Amino acid sequence: MQDFSIITDAIHSFLLTYLPGWLTVTVECVLIGVGLLLVYALLALFYIYYERKVCAAFQCRLGPNRVGPWGLLQSFADMFKILIKELIQLNNIDKFLFALAPYLVIIASMLAFAVLPWGNGLQIIDFNIGIFFLIAVSSIGVLGILLAGWSSNNKFTLIGALRSGAQMVSYELSVGLSVITMVCLAGTMSVGGIVDEQSDLWFIFKGHVPAIIAFIIYMIAGTAECNRGPFDLPEAESELTAGYHTEYSGIHFGFFYLAEYLNLFIVSGVASLLFLGGWMPLHIPGWEAFNHIMDFIPSVIWFLGKAFLLSFVIIWFKWTFPRLRIDQMLLLEWKYLLPIGLFNLALMTCVIVFGWHF
Amino acid sequence: MITLDIFGITNNGLLAVTALLTGFALVALAMWIAGLISPRSFNPQKGEAYECGIPTRGESMSQFKVGYYLFAILFLMFDVETVFLYPWAVRMRELGVQGLISIAVFFGVLVLGLIYAWRKGALEWK
Repeated sequence: MQDFSIITDAIHSFLLTYLPGWLTVTVECVLIGVGLLLVYALLALFYIYYERKVCAAFQCRLGPNRVGPWGLLQSFADMFKILIKELIQLNNIDKFLFALAPYLVIIASMLAFAVLPWGNGLQIIDFNIGIFFLIAVSSIGVLGILLAGWSSNNKFTLIGALRSGAQMVSYELSVGLSVITMVCLAGTMSVGGIVDEQSDLWFIFKGHVPAIIAFIIYMIAGTAECNRGPFDLPEAESELTAGYHTEYSGIHFGFFYLAEYLNLFIVSGVASLLFLGGWMPLHIPGWEAFNHIMDFIPSVIWFLGKAFLLSFVIIWFKWTFPRLRIDQMLLLEWKYLLPIGLFNLALMTCVIVFGWHF
Repeated sequence: MITLDIFGITNNGLLAVTALLTGFALVALAMWIAGLISPRSFNPQKGEAYECGIPTRGESMSQFKVGYYLFAILFLMFDVETVFLYPWAVRMRELGVQGLISIAVFFGVLVLGLIYAWRKGALEWK
């Protein structure tokens, strides 16, 4: 299996020959920061293109196809366009909170982004409570959204922010419960540890019925967490203009747009970490030759492949189901997903206690 | 364990701060660039709230439905309770039968709370 820590160790020892210890750590932190920044921006641009192409395919259109080959440069062009737009000065807004909101949204998604297991030896933050840290930081994002809606001094943004708050906090319970269900099976909260536990078989096969139920709950709740259709009431364009970011212009709006696509990636990344083995190749116990062939595919490709596939499913939701009303949205969470999640946790406990898993 | 610390940095707090500063730098940098190259023009109408074309009426930061608060309180209750499940979930194999009984009692209280809220009609959106 390819191990990316060989590359990072080579850079580490190369730097250490020229620089003192403390400066090496500083340079490495800067390298990590620049790497994160580049991957974050490129992935967001790729996701904008990906979503538009998938959406076009569902509607029998071509999608972006003029800028660059197959329209690949379309999202770059969009980014430059959004960068040169005017930042409109608004009357009667809470200036400090208005400026603070994009920072919170971006920082929350950046911290969650850094916890994801990118590949073998390519994981940045690996706390022993990794998955708990991920859940904790990703819920900071809702604060940014609430602040954005509140500080804009607009009725639509306020309604959008409140809807978003109610939705995100409600569905966070289901996300948390399915994560606990899988932590039970893994016996560790460290992201690296969870991936390691799946080296013989992915959790969705290992935990069979409860794992599949947890996976379905996670995918529904994750779609709601990133405010995407059919749970896009916070920015229901036919009723609330653009929801909580109506008053944001230019690059200010761009940050919310960026974070929304990155949250889509983070949700699918976490789903692939918990259920489909993170960067771990598909291994079947007993099939040695098959396992060796699977090991030849680099771990980064496994992780990105799983994440893109799950993102495709989430985008598919958007173009299949009509938008829910707020009462239906809360009904689904509190009367269906939450009781099923609690029951599923008990089921998973039984499966582990009696050793019914593979 | 197969996974290794990136660059041999074992201090995860430092890495988390790096990620936090990166997020901060992304926004600050993009805002700075946008401030340099974006055009500026002034028009008194521009600062108005983007609603429906006619001047805004009434207070924008108005009262809103109390139902949002109700769900926020319910969330707080259940979220704090689920946080207590994490330590047990990690150590469930080691804690054995005693841990299982303790968590079953705790879990029962949580489920009773949900049933109570349900029967009281707190889960309805009225």
